Amino acid sequence: MIQKEDFVIQTPKLLGSIACLLLLLAACSSPAPNRVPPSAAPTTAPAAHLTVFAASSLTGAFNDMGALFEQKHPGAKVTFSFAGSQDLRTQLEQGARADVFASADTKNMDSLKSENLLDSNPRVFAHNRLVVIVPKSNPSGIKTLQDLSRPGLKIVIADASVPVGNYALQALDKMSADSSFGANFKETVLKSVVSKETNVKAVVSKVSLGEADAGIAYSTDAQASADKLTTIEIPDAFNVIATYPIAALETSSMPTTAQEFVDFVLSPDGQAVLAKYGFVAE
Amino acid sequence: MVFLTLPLISIFVRALPALDQGASAASTLDALQLSLVTASISALLSMLIGTPVAYMLARETFPGKTLVDTLIDLPMVLPPAVAGLALLMTFGRRGLLGPALSSIGIELPFTTVAVVMAQTFVAAPFYIRAAKAGFGAVDRKLEQMSAVLGVSDLRTFFRVTVPLAGPALFGGALMTWARALGEFGATIMFAGNFQGRTQTMPLAIYIGLETNLESALTLSMLLILVSFGILAAVRLVSPKGLMLG
Repeated sequence: MIQKEDFVIQTPKLLGSIACLLLLLAACSSPAPNRVPPSAAPTTAPAAHLTVFAASSLTGAFNDMGALFEQKHPGAKVTFSFAGSQDLRTQLEQGARADVFASADTKNMDSLKSENLLDSNPRVFAHNRLVVIVPKSNPSGIKTLQDLSRPGLKIVIADASVPVGNYALQALDKMSADSSFGANFKETVLKSVVSKETNVKAVVSKVSLGEADAGIAYSTDAQASADKLTTIEIPDAFNVIATYPIAALETSSMPTTAQEFVDFVLSPDGQAVLAKYGFVAE
Repeated sequence: MVFLTLPLISIFVRALPALDQGASAASTLDALQLSLVTASISALLSMLIGTPVAYMLARETFPGKTLVDTLIDLPMVLPPAVAGLALLMTFGRRGLLGPALSSIGIELPFTTVAVVMAQTFVAAPFYIRAAKAGFGAVDRKLEQMSAVLGVSDLRTFFRVTVPLAGPALFGGALMTWARALGEFGATIMFAGNFQGRTQTMPLAIYIGLETNLESALTLSMLLILVSFGILAAVRLVSPKGLMLG
């Protein structure tokens, strides 16, 4: 016979189970690297709410850039989504809506251009260069680039599909072509690679935490995490200059403001922000 | 309903034409093998560790039991990235146990063992919950009768309790296996991403989106089929459904 007590006990259990399931669903959702959650809808809509997709290496610089842009354009609000350029490119190709795209290489931007997703021709706004990073205390005692080919090291780089990962492979190629490294250099170094990350900040994170003995990232990342990393310079002869293009997107609902942001990044004010973070100005 | 099924159908629509290319890609086969092996080991490990724990939670009362209960459920609702970070902070080189392990030559991050650890951490609670419910539902009188007949406690456990709780244990094991198979966040943080060693199916799909869409689609299709199969099997074995209570 059903009694009142049955319901008294069951309801909290039921609610508890539903709460657990909802939390489970929330917890199991795939991670969005460095994604800034969309701001809650304000009661009065701002004049222009821009969404900018930018490479992870631009995180610090563009956060400042956005704040400055909002100051100079009252009523504008800029939200960023930082991730590996290849991730952002895929999202845009699959229909994600954004107003501006800033990539860490021309390959991903050109891909969008060939699919007519750009509002206008992309413009180069910054350059970057590679460095080898090691944990601050440098427990493995890596002093020179040649040390990277030592056996038993744990090296972390980005996946070849990520701009910085591709640049790293190119740099290793250049080193292998030089007699001071030996033709097997790249192969030996790659044997010590234990993980291929999906964006440059993940590489920096693994090295900063001391999980990896060394990694290859941008000089701007080394500067941003100077308190946790020691840098080993890569000479110009072996280095790769990363080219960062920016463009307003065809699907933008506010093309004028989007173009204003692009222009701002290229303006002396915008370039000063980038220089502060260690980017080589255009 | 449409919202739930349409994305699944879309995968099939895009994956089938790409099946030939996707199925033969080395990254697909490596990920498939790694996932199947690690998920199975994780499920077995969960059962090994989880069965005594579940039995204790179902039968005994002790001070702090509610706390233990909650802690065991925690990995189920914890965002996987948090789980990954926690594992790193414990077993990483500079983690709580890191230096001690290093001194005896054990370095866990970036290894296949790390994959199993990440999977077991997030998936074991599923088994423990189901097993606890299963053991709790066994008629104690039957166990008592077995004792009266002179059967030892251990034999009673294996010959009476376990068979009676069987459907719940099996269902729990399947759900654990499925959760382990789908684990991403904790894996990529603690074990990293390296084909053949730590790049499980979910990681291969994530990476494959940019470089090898055919591989990503094939793996996605396989995961959907496997998940569907598991749910069907659990339905058949445990008609009362998944006991999460």
